[in-house]
Amino acid sequence: MFEHYLSLFIKSIFMENMALAFFLGMCTFLAVSKRVDTAIGLGLAVVVVQGITMPVNNLLYNNVLRKGALDWAGLPDVDLTFLGLITYIGVIAAMVQILEMTLDKFVPRLYNSLGIFLPLITVNCAILGGSLFMVERDYTFPESVVFGFGSGISFALAVIALAGIREKMKYSNVPPGLRGLGITFITVGLMAIAFMIFSGIQL
Amino acid sequence: MSKVRSILLDPIFNDNPIAKQILGICSALAVTSKLETSIVMALAVIFVVAFSNLAVSLIRHLIPSSIRIIVEMTIIASLVIIADQIIKAYAFDVSKQLSVYVGLIITNCIIMGRAEAFALKNPPVESFIDGIGNGLGYTFVLLAVGAVRELFGAGKLLGYTVFSINTEGGWYMPNGLFVLSPSAFILIGLLIWIIRTWKPEQVEEE
Repeated sequence: MFEHYLSLFIKSIFMENMALAFFLGMCTFLAVSKRVDTAIGLGLAVVVVQGITMPVNNLLYNNVLRKGALDWAGLPDVDLTFLGLITYIGVIAAMVQILEMTLDKFVPRLYNSLGIFLPLITVNCAILGGSLFMVERDYTFPESVVFGFGSGISFALAVIALAGIREKMKYSNVPPGLRGLGITFITVGLMAIAFMIFSGIQL
Repeated sequence: MSKVRSILLDPIFNDNPIAKQILGICSALAVTSKLETSIVMALAVIFVVAFSNLAVSLIRHLIPSSIRIIVEMTIIASLVIIADQIIKAYAFDVSKQLSVYVGLIITNCIIMGRAEAFALKNPPVESFIDGIGNGLGYTFVLLAVGAVRELFGAGKLLGYTVFSINTEGGWYMPNGLFVLSPSAFILIGLLIWIIRTWKPEQVEEE
């Protein structure tokens, strides 16, 4: 049983890397990867939010939205899956807001270092995408906890690695048209190819 | 009239959402392995961004700024649910291929970005046109990348054979790299290079 979760955890970090295999969260990924320290802040925030919202969305899906899930309320035929999108994004927005207020009150140092990244995370597709994958693959509650943290860590890993490369890139002579965004795209493409060596590994 | 024209056409080359504003990149990369999925995705995004801009602009004087993000999210999510249901009803195969990426239009930053940057400050008609313009800019990149990837990766366009493939007795050996996802990054990088060589004012300072 333990091995199953370990395998899911490793798989969600390397084989199914949110940023480099599924291209989720690209906007923040490209915009906030100029420096390593800000990238670490963003990565941390994504791990926390992903790890909280994924299990919550899993509970909501299995107990309220899924077809026949409202059996306990005497409504066995109700199928609310079409409300999924609006529910998940609502949960994410609310969670981010709550997390922001909690951190501001109890851990102001962490709150200050995360800065504007917390509100930005609401519109990070890695978070919503993670929840949608969780529903599509029918994960159980413990699996969703593992997948949530794993995919959060995968995003953090990718964004910190890209920031490291971009810091070094300041010293290279890039053609004018490629400077900035263009060369970043190509770098990410090469990183994604590198990450493809993990695909197909079975644990 | 010229103002309307520039609102509509500027986002295509001069201020392209993907190549210049860095908005809406996730879906641009993931759905472009075929031209057909690119077209469906582009139409869905044009629909959502145009109508969300219109709706946000209509109620822009009524929303307090502290809760505007939630309000915008709700509008966008409702529009995406409509688009998702329509695609499921009329193009079920494509909707299976697009998988989660239709739902991810909600967090596509083009839509949120245009609502924040344009629709909150401008009257409804112009916002609607701005939405269509930005949708077209997005479409341009999607179609360009989708066409190249399908043509060189499978020798086909929209499912019709253009290059006859060697396994079927033709001359073209498909380049598998173009079907794989990383090629999309490199193609968009090259596309940005082309656009910025053509329009040098977009080059970033170091």
